[in-house]
Amino acid sequence: MTHLNELTLAEARDGLKAKDFSATDLAKAHLSAIEAARGLNAYLLETPERALQMAEVADTKIASGEARPLEGLPLGVKDLFCTHGVTTTAGSRILEGFQPHYESAVTHNLWRDGAVMLGKLNLDEFAMGSSNETSAYGDVVSPWRRQENGALSDTKLVPGGSSGGSAAAVAAHLCLGATATDTGGSIRQPAAFTGTVGIKPTYGRCSRWGTVAYASSLDQAGPIARTVRDCAILLGSMSGPDARDTTCADLPVPDFEAAVARGVKGLTIGIPKEYRVEGMSAEIQALWDKGAAMLKDAGATVREISLPHTRYALPAYYIVAPAEASSNLARYDGVRYGLRVPGKDIAGMYENTRAAGFGREVKRRIMIGTYVLSAGYYDAYYVRAQKIRTLIKRDFEEAYASGIDAILTPATPSAAFGIGEKGSSDPVEMYLQDVFTITVNMAGLPGISVPAGLDAQGLPLGLQLIGRPFDEETLFAAAQVIETAAGRTKLPAAWWA
Amino acid sequence: MSVDATTVRRIAHLARIAVNDEEVAPLQGELNAILAFVEQLSEVDVEGIEPMTSVTPMAMKKRTDVVTDGGHARDIVFNAPETEDHYFLVPKVVE
Repeated sequence: MTHLNELTLAEARDGLKAKDFSATDLAKAHLSAIEAARGLNAYLLETPERALQMAEVADTKIASGEARPLEGLPLGVKDLFCTHGVTTTAGSRILEGFQPHYESAVTHNLWRDGAVMLGKLNLDEFAMGSSNETSAYGDVVSPWRRQENGALSDTKLVPGGSSGGSAAAVAAHLCLGATATDTGGSIRQPAAFTGTVGIKPTYGRCSRWGTVAYASSLDQAGPIARTVRDCAILLGSMSGPDARDTTCADLPVPDFEAAVARGVKGLTIGIPKEYRVEGMSAEIQALWDKGAAMLKDAGATVREISLPHTRYALPAYYIVAPAEASSNLARYDGVRYGLRVPGKDIAGMYENTRAAGFGREVKRRIMIGTYVLSAGYYDAYYVRAQKIRTLIKRDFEEAYASGIDAILTPATPSAAFGIGEKGSSDPVEMYLQDVFTITVNMAGLPGISVPAGLDAQGLPLGLQLIGRPFDEETLFAAAQVIETAAGRTKLPAAWWA
Repeated sequence: MSVDATTVRRIAHLARIAVNDEEVAPLQGELNAILAFVEQLSEVDVEGIEPMTSVTPMAMKKRTDVVTDGGHARDIVFNAPETEDHYFLVPKVVE
């Protein structure tokens, strides 16, 4: 028999409905898997009491025929979402022990629909990173390992980032699905690295209220799960209007799950030639071609398109995102919450607090942001980057206006790399991880990453589909075609347990 | 453009982050690597292009200017390092 934690979210939902097992059984199966997997460092905080209490309520609701859409389904929560009375750290020392007295809109929606909280998941500090190595609470280890000479290598791999804990936990069956956030690729890149599915919806689809801010014009929440359908189910609950976030769209939430089976017949898929970057590996190119063939076989038309400003998205991001971060993170001053380190006067207290509380990558981004916003540099850097952002968005608008329904690209330039392998002296080396995903945030569009195959060393590779604004449905339909054709990625056996 | 050690110290002070002498040189190298990377943006012709202010076409939501919530002083100061009578305490700023 399959262990309960190895079911998909949809299967678990159907099993609960059929009373094959209880929500309490399901929660317990996850809690023991989590306990056995502590070596992966995916969970920063386990909340077993809360989980069992929520499961008990779910069992009562199921028994009385009042089950809500996610009744009894155990989820992990990226530790960037504030959870009432449950420590929320954003992966930073500066928020160690912070206990929000409010619940983020996204998690509130999940609990409203009956989901069960298993705990808080590790992440890059303030979601700044692409490998989960900037967390103040240690690296997350991917459940995946390379195949070398027919055996599993001992090299520890990164799960990607910043939602590394979410992706690792989903891949290792430590939750049925997880919340995540994506500012430049933080949902899609870790999903690709771990053989899971992740969607960053359109900017404004999910409320940002109660989610720790990194770069407010780019941040967007979304789910990571093991199948396209599971992501559709979760996004349906997570999203929706919220008056407390002025950028949250006042649009009804479509039936995302119904869109999964729609197929791609009659759709036109664009292949942007600018994504064929210099030095792209033959493996990634082959995967991309394979993805295009799968969509074609399912009845879509595939056409080459041009998005001429693609190459400027990454450098423009490294002006816009740090600028917003420097402003957002000004709130960590040792006064209202978090760490305080005394100084000779109030400015000394601020400086000492922030020096001790922030990690290296966060300090670097705050300082770049401070520099590009400072007098004399604002126009040369920030305003220019925002103009380039307009051009990047226009490229997409022109493609969609010419009849393109969705765009297919690789999700990442390579498979997962080893812990400590990248970016130690040159931060830009790590930033290049997001070269295919970052354009989507700059243009506010929805993007989904779906596993499409394995590399020569047996590691998962993902493809990305980019959609029109607020058309996540087409992404679910097209991603399902790829998932069906490629076959679901067989997740690694539990070597860590 | 690139930054020198003095500029690194100035930015750190503006950002209210204390840096010690050993940190300045590595930070200078890292910041200059990022600045060199973003330098390619200067080759883009942005003549007549509006800077983006909103990524999705939407009007700013407004609500009536009325009190909608309140009375949570205890919750608000709950996580503060130092408080007294629901006030945040800071080092003396006025002599």
